[in-house]
Amino acid sequence: MAEVHLPPVLPPLFPGLPRQLEVEAATVNEAIDRLNEQWPGFRDRLIGSPTALRPHINVYVDRERAGLDTHLEPGSRVDVIAAISGG
Amino acid sequence: MSKSVLLVGTRKGLFVLESGDRRDWSVRGPYCESWPVYQAVLDGDSGTIYAAAASEWLGSAIWRSADLGETWEHSSEGLGYPDEEGGLKLSKVSSVMPAHGRLLVGAESAGLFQSTDGGETFSLVTTFEGQEGREAWNDPAQQPPGHLGLSAIIPHPEERDRFWTIVQGFSLFETTDGGQTWEPRNKGLRRDWPADYEEIGFCVHKVAPAADFERFYQQNHVGMHRSDDAGKTWTEITEGLPTEFGFAAATHPHDRDSFYVIPLDPGHGRTMPDGRLAVWRTRDAGSSWQQLGQGLPEKDAYVGVLREGMAIDDHDQPGLYFGTSTGQLFGSIDEGETWSQFGGLFPGITSVTVATVE
Repeated sequence: MAEVHLPPVLPPLFPGLPRQLEVEAATVNEAIDRLNEQWPGFRDRLIGSPTALRPHINVYVDRERAGLDTHLEPGSRVDVIAAISGG
Repeated sequence: MSKSVLLVGTRKGLFVLESGDRRDWSVRGPYCESWPVYQAVLDGDSGTIYAAAASEWLGSAIWRSADLGETWEHSSEGLGYPDEEGGLKLSKVSSVMPAHGRLLVGAESAGLFQSTDGGETFSLVTTFEGQEGREAWNDPAQQPPGHLGLSAIIPHPEERDRFWTIVQGFSLFETTDGGQTWEPRNKGLRRDWPADYEEIGFCVHKVAPAADFERFYQQNHVGMHRSDDAGKTWTEITEGLPTEFGFAAATHPHDRDSFYVIPLDPGHGRTMPDGRLAVWRTRDAGSSWQQLGQGLPEKDAYVGVLREGMAIDDHDQPGLYFGTSTGQLFGSIDEGETWSQFGGLFPGITSVTVATVE
């Protein structure tokens, strides 16, 4: 199980979605899919078209910059960060 | 007893204003998690509010509320371009229009989506494949800042598959087959720049039909125009206005000859000429214009109004409402003769629509 930490802008969009939760997944992409199964639409908030992480969304796995295909180990910490930007 | 509902889309969410007399307004919001809202409309058939919103961080979605804003859901399922669309990127949903039991959504890059389940899921109708000029309007080098792509959808009130769209900076289009094929509707419009195509390359800002849907008015980048054949041909009616440039416009719901527009300085400032806030009205289909401004700031008002920033209601004596790109709302309930500011101070206003609810 990976430990996923989400930015505060996401839970208000999906009733019941916590800031922190555990997910059984082998990659970042798979973790997002698992969360999308439980909270439909979740994937669209992080991934745009063409298929890629949105420009102001960053993902770190065990504090290293990660992509959708980054592998997850049991106990991995996944941080989803919405960039501090805008006005 | 009926009430008026004003939907005010802003750079930081949607606000819902309600009034029983169009004088005192209650304000609720911000909704849509303060995402930038490009257009919001109340579907008169279902009573649902739909808002086209796009977060810089979290992408685009159509938000919907079946209880006038008390509770909200959002969806972007299907709102994206498949890879075979040549790498088109969907940066924002910029227009939304319910009509005939279907929800139409315009996007940037320019494309049209529809929903037949009340905004839960969407499917791509067209990206104007094969249309003359398509490569140019999808070229980022030719797009202005804040490009909206498909900036407006204008449904025919009776014919389900007939509607008009605006591709920003390029054309007004009409379809009569639900968006499968399109005809440019720019004949007679002025353009003061070279163009690669005879029928494409016109900067259409706003099109406002009269109730008969034969008379159309258009605020263009260069000039005000009128059509008496549903957009097939246009005649310029700028003479008498202080500038040829502007965005917001509204047609009187009961008088096809009466039309309102807010002229702006045509340079990159795009604010009120001479700092004097004014709405201009014609009552003779553009043969003459009157400046309306009693109650509006007469000096030092360097504000602008965006293309969806003005609305007119359907009362016997219609109310007019407009919001500025710096967040002030102004209204008139005597057809523009007198005005007052109301509702509070908002983030920059992108869209104002009004509906009467029983």
